[in-house]
Amino acid sequence: MNPATYLRPESLEQAAKLHTDFAEARYLSGGHTLLPAMKQGLARPSHLIDLGAIEGLRGIAFDAENKALLIGAATRHVEVASSAEVLEHIPALAGLAGSIGDRQVRNRGTIGGSVANNDPAADYPSSVLGLGATVVTDRREIPADEFFTGLFETALAPGEMIVQVRMPIPLAAGYAKFRSAASRYSLVGVFVARTAQGVRVAVTGAGEGGVFRATALEAALNRDFSAQALADLRVDAAGLLNDLNATPAYRANLIMVMARQAVSHMGQVSSFK
Amino acid sequence: MTIVSMRVNGAPVSRETPDNTLLAVFLREGLGLTGTHIGCDTSQCGCCVVRIDGTSVKSCTTLAVQVQGCSVTTVEGLAQGNSGETLHPIQKAFTKMHALQCGYCTPGMMMSAVDLIEHHGKPLTEEDVRHGMEGNLCRCTGYHNIVRAIIAASEEMHAGSAGKQPETQAR
Repeated sequence: MNPATYLRPESLEQAAKLHTDFAEARYLSGGHTLLPAMKQGLARPSHLIDLGAIEGLRGIAFDAENKALLIGAATRHVEVASSAEVLEHIPALAGLAGSIGDRQVRNRGTIGGSVANNDPAADYPSSVLGLGATVVTDRREIPADEFFTGLFETALAPGEMIVQVRMPIPLAAGYAKFRSAASRYSLVGVFVARTAQGVRVAVTGAGEGGVFRATALEAALNRDFSAQALADLRVDAAGLLNDLNATPAYRANLIMVMARQAVSHMGQVSSFK
Repeated sequence: MTIVSMRVNGAPVSRETPDNTLLAVFLREGLGLTGTHIGCDTSQCGCCVVRIDGTSVKSCTTLAVQVQGCSVTTVEGLAQGNSGETLHPIQKAFTKMHALQCGYCTPGMMMSAVDLIEHHGKPLTEEDVRHGMEGNLCRCTGYHNIVRAIIAASEEMHAGSAGKQPETQAR
């Protein structure tokens, strides 16, 4: 791993200032994406700005007025998985957090880190996009539909920090994933949310450009919210990932299988391997 | 370089350490505690699991400097007594159930297991163990005896105690 200087600011302002001072700096949260990327030489930051000491970045609150869960960026997966507020209002989100990686990964990894990195196989982006969440940064609020811009790419500007993810409470939500038994990453994960504005379906693990909305599935489910409504639909394999785990055609089929599972088990997470 | 200070197995330690030093390397090369193993080095196999302030983590994916001021327990800290002659219930169970073959994954298995048992608050079922130990791989594939040992240790560790509040486990 390349040498890097470790910094531990105590405020968002200090952190942003350090990022301005050192052009090759990277923010560090749980480290479960950045440190592996550094080991592989895919990231070579000159400075690591650890956000762990900043007050107010960690924790979960229910905003009753706006019917939303407010999740601090540095909140760890284990905390979302076991939060009474999340279990009550969006149980599928608690289940999703509890299905990430393994116990030790969930003890360190954070929602902000996962969302900012936008790994094509990460679980959280599907819930952010599927729920139509808002990503709150130190500068502005970004709707999920504008946040994820491509493989490992987001709308975040250089030095911009996620502060909170605001998850609107859906009428119901479900998540189904098929994961690699070894790496525990999702080959395909489908998040389905019924909201007052209609059904939203977000697919992770499958797209060459990262997480995406399956609009054909949304249309079918808006007409008839049932697994049966998806029975005759097919997803185009063009634009889907091809790697040693699965071909695009296999992933296209898995999207339909996982979507039907999610619809049939709303309020839950169904995990297969 | 940073002077990294923490408690390891109850004893205070302090070492001048390059900032990019992984906790696993700090423990093994800095302190000579080679019970913590590095297997895959990609956060998958769990050979490097230690506990930081009671929480199990993969020390190959944590910087030593991030653990500044914390209390770390490694496999060397499990046994009690002046020379470690009193084995921890998990160590006794692994011995009795023959829960290891080559032994490479064993330290991480035991550290994950103790964390799982203590957080669960009551004896574990086989399903609890298989789900909770997903982050630890054994390439001798001796999983059956490992699961039996962890269940036996959980029964011993929770025997006679009311136990803590069970952790909420979302599936």
